[in-house]
Amino acid sequence: MSASLTGIAASKGIAIAKAFLLEEPELDVSKKTVDSAQDEITRFKEAVQESKHELQVIKEKTLQDMGEDQAEIFSAHLLVLEDPEIMDGVSSKITEESANAEYALSEVANMYVDMFENMDNEYMKERAADIRDVSKRVLMHLFGLENTSLATIDQEVVVIADDLTPSDTAQLNEYVRGFATDIGGRTSHSAIMARSMEIPAVVGTKEATDTINQDDLLIVDGLEGRVIVNPSDAEVQEYKEKLEQFNRQKEEWAKLVNEPTETEDGHTVELAANIGTPNDLDGVLANGAEGIGLYRTEFLYMGRNELPSEEEQFEAYKEVLERMQGKPVVIRTLDIGGDKELPYLDLPKEMNPFLGFRAIRLCLEKKDMFRTQLRALLRASSYGKLKIMFPMVATVEEVREAKAMLAEAKEELQGENIEVSDDIEVGIMVEIPSTAAAAEIFAKEVDFFSIGTNDLIQYTLAADRMSEKVAHLYQPYHPAILRLVKNVIDAAHKEGKWAGMCGEMAGEPAAVPLLLGLGLDEFSMSATSVLPARTQLRSLKKTDAEGLVEEAMKCATADEIAELVENRGFIIQ
Amino acid sequence: MQEKTFTITNETGIHARPATQLVNKAGQFSSDISLEYNGKSVNLKSIMGVMSLGVGKGSEVTVKIEGNDEEEAMEAVDQVIKEGLGE
Repeated sequence: MSASLTGIAASKGIAIAKAFLLEEPELDVSKKTVDSAQDEITRFKEAVQESKHELQVIKEKTLQDMGEDQAEIFSAHLLVLEDPEIMDGVSSKITEESANAEYALSEVANMYVDMFENMDNEYMKERAADIRDVSKRVLMHLFGLENTSLATIDQEVVVIADDLTPSDTAQLNEYVRGFATDIGGRTSHSAIMARSMEIPAVVGTKEATDTINQDDLLIVDGLEGRVIVNPSDAEVQEYKEKLEQFNRQKEEWAKLVNEPTETEDGHTVELAANIGTPNDLDGVLANGAEGIGLYRTEFLYMGRNELPSEEEQFEAYKEVLERMQGKPVVIRTLDIGGDKELPYLDLPKEMNPFLGFRAIRLCLEKKDMFRTQLRALLRASSYGKLKIMFPMVATVEEVREAKAMLAEAKEELQGENIEVSDDIEVGIMVEIPSTAAAAEIFAKEVDFFSIGTNDLIQYTLAADRMSEKVAHLYQPYHPAILRLVKNVIDAAHKEGKWAGMCGEMAGEPAAVPLLLGLGLDEFSMSATSVLPARTQLRSLKKTDAEGLVEEAMKCATADEIAELVENRGFIIQ
Repeated sequence: MQEKTFTITNETGIHARPATQLVNKAGQFSSDISLEYNGKSVNLKSIMGVMSLGVGKGSEVTVKIEGNDEEEAMEAVDQVIKEGLGE
């Protein structure tokens, strides 16, 4: 007889496999009196040491398999094990109460868990989970139990657990077809991991671990958020068909991966992706972006103690250009300053960093640093279709000076017999209102514009997007923004140049029809937005979008414009 | 003993990354280092202690250091705070 559990559909797909119940051993942490506190402290320290070794290994593995962001969690865990408040707290509890290490550790850990859970800050709440995860690891060692049961899985299973901690998910291997948990929501760690591993998952079932036994046959339906325990033959058959249907749907999307982004009336635009490091390219290629519309180079400069060398930069730029195989790659020169600081540059503190010494302003001052980047870019140019973009341009003089430095660097390289492409477009990011307003002048000086809406909006409306009090003034659909964007696109076209957009707005379903109607040539967004945007664009007609813009230009407020797009049915479901 | 008061001016106060940097730096010295805020004092070498203070933007904190390398330690802490945390 089959049973069915419902939960939250956390990751799409369907898995049919036997249950692997991740058992939470009953750990008895009740207080016991020990004879020698000294021996007990030694035992505790050994367990901590073993846990540290384990965490180092997991951290390395995670770094290789999943990247730096995921590995960061284990650095945090290691920091907890090095924390004198926690470590000394446990030791003194053992000494003062002649207590066993298990009791002392869980008491101290619980105190911090309570404290962090009661803070009204998401980041702090996550730290509570870290402490719980780490203290469980040490406890397992104190009890002489294995921490690594998940890594030993060697046949296809569905993992069932109360919750999957970061330590758990790091050990999931290719035999794990899906999982279901008692607790969690769409944004919990386990759900995020399931989506990045692309395995189906249902979280928050409340009673999975109670209802399901080891080796029960399970169906995990990550589309509807259901888990079926010991299904009948008919149910298995039904879900096999459902799985096939799901795979067919994925294939439909996959078909769009290599399709042009062409509107119903035959107008083609370029759909590109924004990236921060070469690591982001997998997602870009999998989602069928037609180019890179914005490669933010500042990550090369961040999280270190000195400037990256020309060689190091060259390797990164070359990798991106090569892997994009001749598709356009817009690389933005260093945009640092403002909210992004580099301690080793020793920049002055400013009252208004967003209106201060940043991006191209900084680069034109620190010429050696800028020259190194330009040389690295030019050297990489022979490996693909490079386009160079200068950020935060406010005046034509800045464009001329930056272009002169670029020409100088090119000459220098040619003098060294280093190959440089002859076909490098040079453009600017339009994010300062002065540049947007005078776009017709700038259009004569550059090969392309890319509109950076995040800053353009905050500068135009004089509203800091980080400030809650004025957040309502940060209006992407303000009539002034629409007019500025129109001016930039028209100015580019008048000079036979192209105009793109690399701000968040380019991928917004409500903005896409307006931008199409305004004549935007290139839309650059996060990789995961590319296929939905392509689907939307393929369903639109450019002539309809132009009609929409005409009406939108008559609107007086941002809300009126947003409503208009919605009411005219330009957004698909 | 070394003692110095700082005003924390960065947007998020002493949370997350700033706290980690501060604790890592403090851990490099043998002196006892404490951070005082709002009448509470914690060990600056403890990430849990530092974060539990919930130091927000605009807060005034006092760092006290006592030990062999107290001068170097204060200089280092001063630098970390100035680079990432305040003015």
